[in-house]
Amino acid sequence: MSAVNLISAESIKLFSTRSPWWCNLLAMVLPVGFATAAVLSWPTDVPISVTEVQMGYQFGMMLVLVMAALAVTTEYRFGTMRTTFQAVPGRSSALLAKTALVAGVAGLVGLVAALGSLGVASVLHPVSDLGLGTADELRAVLGVAPVFVFSAVIAVAVGLLVRQSAGALALLLVWPMLVEPLVSVIPTVGEHIQQWMPFVAADHFLRGERSMIADPVLSPAMALAYFAAVSVGLLAVALVVARRRDA
Amino acid sequence: MIEARGLTRRYGNKVAVDDLSFSVRPGRVTGFLGPNGAGKSTTMRMILGLDRPTSGTVRVNGQAYHELDQPLRRIGALLDAKWVHPNRSARAHLRWLARTNRLPDRRVDEVLEAVGLAAVANRPAGGFSLGMSQRLGIATALLGDPEILMFDEPVNGLDPEGIRWIRGFMRDLAAQGRTVFVSSHLLSEMAQTAEDLVVIGRGKLISQCTTAEFIDNASESLVRVRTPQAEELRAALARADAEVRVEVETGALLVSGVTTQLVGEVAAAGGVVLHELAVERASLEQAFMRLTDDAVEYQTTALPAPELVTAGR
Repeated sequence: MSAVNLISAESIKLFSTRSPWWCNLLAMVLPVGFATAAVLSWPTDVPISVTEVQMGYQFGMMLVLVMAALAVTTEYRFGTMRTTFQAVPGRSSALLAKTALVAGVAGLVGLVAALGSLGVASVLHPVSDLGLGTADELRAVLGVAPVFVFSAVIAVAVGLLVRQSAGALALLLVWPMLVEPLVSVIPTVGEHIQQWMPFVAADHFLRGERSMIADPVLSPAMALAYFAAVSVGLLAVALVVARRRDA
Repeated sequence: MIEARGLTRRYGNKVAVDDLSFSVRPGRVTGFLGPNGAGKSTTMRMILGLDRPTSGTVRVNGQAYHELDQPLRRIGALLDAKWVHPNRSARAHLRWLARTNRLPDRRVDEVLEAVGLAAVANRPAGGFSLGMSQRLGIATALLGDPEILMFDEPVNGLDPEGIRWIRGFMRDLAAQGRTVFVSSHLLSEMAQTAEDLVVIGRGKLISQCTTAEFIDNASESLVRVRTPQAEELRAALARADAEVRVEVETGALLVSGVTTQLVGEVAAAGGVVLHELAVERASLEQAFMRLTDDAVEYQTTALPAPELVTAGR
């Protein structure tokens, strides 16, 4: 069974129902909408930075998390995961194909969202010199793609472990929005632990010194590597669990 | 060929399948019979590698399921017709499945045609009736044109037309030389379609034999006699050690443990006129109940049955 066939099968699955289309569309529209709102509320004579313009990536990320988790949990919900495992008894190859497809789509969505945000902002705010000239600017814009890719990997892994839409989505939305930001509240060690939270690390990669980490240990590039490692590690655990459990 | 050896599955303290060994012979329809909760579905899931046996093995054509390359081409199965995404069209459902085992898209249209769903192929499967879902499930099983087919309770909940269609379909599949393994909790259903039977109760094997053998062994046969000289015949049969009861409504005699020849000879010897002499089988359901009586998972206390047959005076 070649990877191409399995990925092709997964893409028929993903694009033959409506919700992934909506999730992906919104994941592109919301960040652009946020960029528009940010620029319009910004004073017209003060330049806005690329990082400010890209702040809305988090909305897109939430929707990518939803899209990727649902790609797994709806299969459990409707029993098609059993049919999948019946057709591909090795299981891991089918699940890796799904991960590759979903993560690839997420990366494209991230790229479109980030470039769209930048484009809209440059048109609406000509005073700012918005571009991809510096390393910080490159990371803030093009970096959204890999962040979405690894976010999708995390969501697939959580979907495989939880196997249930409500639980998986609650976890995936509450974790980056509430748990990680609040870790710094823990006395003494909180500040130090927080930068090792995966989504905080991803944010550090995108926004550099503007992120919430006061005294980062990792460079932005290393923060992305760390985020990727966490997602791949989680996926590896999920694949082992999925192989062992009854379908 | 499906071969189970010592197949066992426990869920906590509960044993769903208990040291089950059987084989499904190629080119025949084998019925998998047992009361609800006997472990039929669990066994079928283990055959497909979906559930992991606690111990024992099951092999398809001599290989463990997970060793099969492109398994849809070897064994097709319908375990639950509702295993489809309700917003996905029947065609899309079959297309992704075909892609996993490198089956051409042309095959999708062939099986849709074969089960009579071509006209509704682009409609979401969630809107299908049970009968249509069942047809889609069968299309799924046929997709890889496999030599072995497995169906779990395929006629459950179907209307008479649907049942007739499925029965005919299974007979056709067997006539094409395919191996069909089909489960049911109804012996009468199996008697119509299956040549061989694997009978289980509470996860244990009760019997593996041909359907004819099973019915012969399981059912007690009665000889039914109508005669104007009932008293004389009853006395004569009693002398021949036969057990005789009188059917209340008709006055006919029901004789157990004898053949029609013996009854005829006894009657002739005694100069008794016979109006009817026939073998009457206990119903298949009764036979099945007798064999699986203590193997029923969820037993109820039987209500006292109205007495239709009384001992003769």
